[in-house]
Amino acid sequence: MDITRKASAGTVQSSDLMVFVEPASTLEVDIESTVKQQFEGLIRERVMANLARLGVSHGRLRISDRGALDYAIDARIETALRRAAVKMETSEVVP
Amino acid sequence: MESELKLRRSLLYVPGNMPSMLQNVSIFDADAVQLDLEDAVPLAEKDAARILVRKFLDGYTKRRQEVFVRINGLDTSYAEDDLREILPARPDGIRLPKADTPEVVEHLDTLLTEFEESHNVPLGHFKIIPSIETAYAVLHVFDVARASDRIVALAFGAEDYTASMEIQRTKGGEELFTARNHVLWAAKASGVQAIDSIFADVDDVEGLRRETELVKKLGFIGKSLVNPRQIEIVHDIFRPQQDEIDYALEVMEAISRARELGTGVISLRGRMVDAPVVKRAARMLKTAVSMGLVAEDAVDLSDEMIHGVL
Amino acid sequence: MVKNSLGRDIPETWCGRALEPYEDPFSRLPDLDRAPRRLKRHNPGDKKLLGSLREAIEAVGLKDGMTIATHHHLRNGDALLNQVVSEIDAMGIRDIGIASSSIHPVHAALIPFIKKGTITRFECGVNGLIAELVSKGQLKCPITVRSHGGRARSLVDGEVRVDVAFIAAPCCDPLGNMNGTEGPSACGSLGYAFTDAEYAHAVVAVTDNLVPYPAMPTSIPQHLVDFVVQVETLGDPSKIVSTTTRITRDPAGLQIARYAADVIDAAGLIKDGFSFQTGAGGTSLAVADNIKQKMAEKGVKGSFGCGGITGYFVEMLEQGFFRSLLDVQCFDLAAVASIGRNTAHQEISANLYANPFNRGAVVNQLDCVILGATEVDVDFNVNVNTESTGYLLHNTGGHCDTAAGAKLSVIVAPALRGRLPIVRERVTTVTTPGDTIDVIVTERGIAVNPRRPGLAEQLRAARLPVVDIHALHAEVCGITGTPRDVEFEDEIVALIEYRDGTIIDTVRRVAR
Repeated sequence: MDITRKASAGTVQSSDLMVFVEPASTLEVDIESTVKQQFEGLIRERVMANLARLGVSHGRLRISDRGALDYAIDARIETALRRAAVKMETSEVVP
Repeated sequence: MESELKLRRSLLYVPGNMPSMLQNVSIFDADAVQLDLEDAVPLAEKDAARILVRKFLDGYTKRRQEVFVRINGLDTSYAEDDLREILPARPDGIRLPKADTPEVVEHLDTLLTEFEESHNVPLGHFKIIPSIETAYAVLHVFDVARASDRIVALAFGAEDYTASMEIQRTKGGEELFTARNHVLWAAKASGVQAIDSIFADVDDVEGLRRETELVKKLGFIGKSLVNPRQIEIVHDIFRPQQDEIDYALEVMEAISRARELGTGVISLRGRMVDAPVVKRAARMLKTAVSMGLVAEDAVDLSDEMIHGVL
Repeated sequence: MVKNSLGRDIPETWCGRALEPYEDPFSRLPDLDRAPRRLKRHNPGDKKLLGSLREAIEAVGLKDGMTIATHHHLRNGDALLNQVVSEIDAMGIRDIGIASSSIHPVHAALIPFIKKGTITRFECGVNGLIAELVSKGQLKCPITVRSHGGRARSLVDGEVRVDVAFIAAPCCDPLGNMNGTEGPSACGSLGYAFTDAEYAHAVVAVTDNLVPYPAMPTSIPQHLVDFVVQVETLGDPSKIVSTTTRITRDPAGLQIARYAADVIDAAGLIKDGFSFQTGAGGTSLAVADNIKQKMAEKGVKGSFGCGGITGYFVEMLEQGFFRSLLDVQCFDLAAVASIGRNTAHQEISANLYANPFNRGAVVNQLDCVILGATEVDVDFNVNVNTESTGYLLHNTGGHCDTAAGAKLSVIVAPALRGRLPIVRERVTTVTTPGDTIDVIVTERGIAVNPRRPGLAEQLRAARLPVVDIHALHAEVCGITGTPRDVEFEDEIVALIEYRDGTIIDTVRRVAR
């Protein structure tokens, strides 16, 4: 439900991403990516779908992406949020 | 029975926390991959790696090879979390490190059975490859081999074994000779495959070649690998020779005639062709077919032909 | 605006030049004589050696509006073009065109001179920042990208008039005999400069290694050279050639290389007399390594290796896998050393190498060429000029020349790089037409041009993973997602000229 503390996940390798999360009163998602020009829209969609799936409605997320595929984005967001002690609402797979 | 004939010449380790390697899995020609949550992953990233592997496997639906996951040792606090996370993604099996005792394997077997029962997975779906990698394990390997029906192969782990012996691993491998034979005896006596250890020096092609030739001679049917560049070399060494193929084809032809006549035993070139000879020939031909050395339709390698009436 | 045969919009004219749209790779015929060059008389005792670049520029009479050229054998170590332009600028000459054989990132030093109007156009492909800024509209300077063969052709048929060629000569005598094999700036073959020496209206040899007459061996002879200038340095030797060129260690690259070698084998080309070209990239070298093993197994001796030459090809020559090397450009130190040592390692001009309008280019004798790609599309068109950002960043090199010439042209490229799909519905820019590409080899399967059904059969028979290009495209997009198309303005910043002088594509300014 809530991001209760700062956390991060991922690495700076190519095809990976870093996800930084921290508590905030609104939901903010900031995306930096080596393929921002081509994929910012898809990355944002994916991030939002993950947040919805995990029932996160507020917090600040910063993504620093190096061309990760969707599965890696899913994994790193989930890892960061679990580390931030989010209580999981569901475990359904993102479509 | 089926798994005894399964090709497992190359079991490639892929680090569990590296997307750049994981997403190449589908292009590797290895007979199996072992997605690694253990040694390749630092303690602080255990959670991240298991989630990454899970998400990767969820999407890797058209699998090109067998997929094993090397979980952390059952004596650690990570192993059960590993299983909880990755079993829903249906790997073919688990590579179990530090399989020192039958009890460790039985414990894993129980966990797998519980998961299968509660998740509607066919019982026995998840296979186990125990790692024999300590002096203690070598002494108990026969009991380990018989600890679960899920075991399809025993994998020797020379790096940890030499550490447990407080000796250096050498490229000649003299120090490993007896331990390798123990693993082989246990595997053969239990009807499972034997997989040799990794060869860590990726740039030493000749060293890998020599070691693979040695272990093939001893009776191993495959090796664990640390780099995809090693696949082709290992496959090349396990490539059947033409005279072996010719003889195996004769064996299959003889047994096919025998099956028609309704008898299980027949002689070829004055030697008796019985079940072990047929199995050996079939394994050889499966390898040959997979490498394009024998046409797929040139020989009947159905279980029925190999084992007789099922 | 008209559409060429690949459906690309081509304007009728651009920067005052009437354009002919690309039609097909082989039918356009030249209907003119070779470009003329004025005769000159050289009497006993006439001197060519001048004291400085400035004296040379004055002596050849360079004026506003003219065009100069250099060669790119010194690659990113080249200091000559920057020196020449800086001198031209200091002399107050403006509106100069550059028709060098290629422009490298080191030439970003020209940017201030482009901004003040000293340089106003490039009659050649440009690698690096200048092209990027032109793509962004931040630098006004029209670019016409030409292949190596196309550039040679444009000098030979007079499409481009080079008024003065400044030829960097690593070893040169006072009369202008020169070679590229000796001296601190040794670069090996001077292949790209040959055409300039014959067709430029004035030729200035510039050297940092003046030797007594006659310089031996002679690559470019004195009777083509007007003046000789000695300078302190031609460039940074460490950037002229690579010390080593290495086989890739990337698993995808190695898989691609294995497939590519199997393709060539399955096509039945690995037999005595085999001729082969590949680049210096890690994957290309891995293909060469696999080919070498196959040649060794079969006991095959090839006729020639071609193109940019690496130490790898030198090894194959010296071990007897090829009878000869035809070398338009040396990529590494081993190649430079070999061209001075091995008589069967022959320097060839860009004209001989790849010009479609002569009595026979070497590329037409190639059995097989291995080429890279930034993008490929479902029509087998290949882009090596622009990046996924839409920016023009790379020159064509010999890409479209060798693809047209070789019996079997093979593209080796990963199906995706990181998240970027390499197999596209439609390439951003066409460098090389799909009509001249036979096979695209990726780590996820091998696509065979439908024009070659027999080849597809041969590959299937060899159990190679032949895939339909559309299926491959769908698979790749399934993995990466479909990238957002780059948005372009209408303004054309560069032409991509095909080797025969027709326009195969244009590059438009990227929208902000």
